[in-house]
Amino acid sequence: MSTPESTPKISVRDVQKVFPVGKDPFVALGGVSLDIADNEFVTVVGPSGCGKSTLLNILAGLEQPTGGTALVDGKPVTGPGPERGVIFQQYALFPWLTVRENVEFGMRTAKVPKEEQRERAEHFIRLVGLEQFADALPKTLSGGMKQRCAIARAYAVNPSILLMDEPFGALDALTRVRLQEQLLDTWSKDRRTVMFITHDVDEAVFLANRVVVMAARPGRIAEIIDVDLPYPRDEDMRLSPEFGALRNRVWHAVYHQRQIKEPAK
Amino acid sequence: MAVTSAGATRADNAPARPRKNRTFLVLNIISIVAGIAIWWGLSLAGLQFPTPAEVVSAAWKMIQDGTLATDVGASLGRVLAGFALGSIAAVIVGFVMGWYTVARGLFEPWIQFFRTIPPLAMLPLVLVLMGIGESPKIFVIFLAAFLSCVISTYQGVVNVDRTLINAARVLGAGDGTIFGRVVVPASTPFILVGMRVGLGSAWGTLVAAELLAAQAGLGHRMQSAQLYYDLPTIFVGIIAIGVLGLIMDRLLMIAGNKLTAWQENR
Repeated sequence: MSTPESTPKISVRDVQKVFPVGKDPFVALGGVSLDIADNEFVTVVGPSGCGKSTLLNILAGLEQPTGGTALVDGKPVTGPGPERGVIFQQYALFPWLTVRENVEFGMRTAKVPKEEQRERAEHFIRLVGLEQFADALPKTLSGGMKQRCAIARAYAVNPSILLMDEPFGALDALTRVRLQEQLLDTWSKDRRTVMFITHDVDEAVFLANRVVVMAARPGRIAEIIDVDLPYPRDEDMRLSPEFGALRNRVWHAVYHQRQIKEPAK
Repeated sequence: MAVTSAGATRADNAPARPRKNRTFLVLNIISIVAGIAIWWGLSLAGLQFPTPAEVVSAAWKMIQDGTLATDVGASLGRVLAGFALGSIAAVIVGFVMGWYTVARGLFEPWIQFFRTIPPLAMLPLVLVLMGIGESPKIFVIFLAAFLSCVISTYQGVVNVDRTLINAARVLGAGDGTIFGRVVVPASTPFILVGMRVGLGSAWGTLVAAELLAAQAGLGHRMQSAQLYYDLPTIFVGIIAIGVLGLIMDRLLMIAGNKLTAWQENR
């Protein structure tokens, strides 16, 4: 599924992010390099402070790296753009717009014809199963429904990659598992490149082709673990010994990290 | 889990609401009736108050000869003109201050300074500069409404959730779209709070301005009634001011609730 020969969809080259905090600058990312191939589903997992969200924000164009380059489709990222869809943990729905209007937001910005906006919004609202709530305001939706709406909104502008920042982090366990399965279902249909940040080891292994384990102080990649489990993945797979072994490996990589001394600058 | 339990609490509370509201309304009515009864009792007991009946008949006379309508019209015209101009200016200046740091730095000291001066204190100066026509009164009302509303508009713009702005940016929105489709609606609740405070302030300033310098209006009517020791007319004026203020506040509140029905905790 991943073709290492072709140009990577996402290419992060020695990206650094240093926040100047007094005399001791905080190194959120200390030279991270990572390639993600087209059609790949990569999860990034690590303790808080490992810079995983910073990495995603740099790819989204919401933050600028202090060193190195981030390339998407071979072009350096200079700012946010609709070809890189972002799903936020806090849903970030516009509370004054209905589900439909939220989903149409990006298309309206891109001046998609009204008729097409309606059709595409309808399609993606149905895809995430919110057709009965198309005209509801976000405040009437549960957390899971809000995130499904946010996913539909991201899909509606047809981005070539999806950047997801702990999208299911605030949801209860059952809703989270359901949304994971729905997300995999959608991904296995269109194979859109996904970079998915999480702090949940189970989630990281269940979704990904590859799990990138990051470490903190300074933020860096500790290990990359291939997940060679076949898709479609279901509940039985979660209980399989192969899954268990991979989960243990990732767990170990995340929680038994050796601390390295931050070089004084 | 949290979402479900919050939903359940809301559902539990829902049926209790109307009953609570009705009790509240009954208490309101009892209180109003009792208040009028006490007033009546006090005036019969020899206090210098006119009785409610005298006030009603004075009001009736003023309605029939058209003076009440003229006065209400004059007062409302001034307050609405001043309030509308003040609110529009406040929204524009508030947005500019919230959006551009340079503008914030330039405007802020002046607004903070004038906020500490009651608009009425400007009246003598304004009367000298603008004469005794309508414009000085509208100007002080404008000032009152503007100063109450501008800070809260500015706060609204500054407090717009960064995540929403980021969400708009990653959907391809430029500055103009972010302003029109995110910042403006997100700060609407703040603007409306500012407008309500501004309306109260404008109304208070109006009556005082009319007491000092006007040829018509509720304040002027009360001022001239004072010369003739005409207490019923003064009462009519006070009640009219209260009722009109209440109506305007409620209208603004209803409009505000409609406009901000999307807010989470309502």
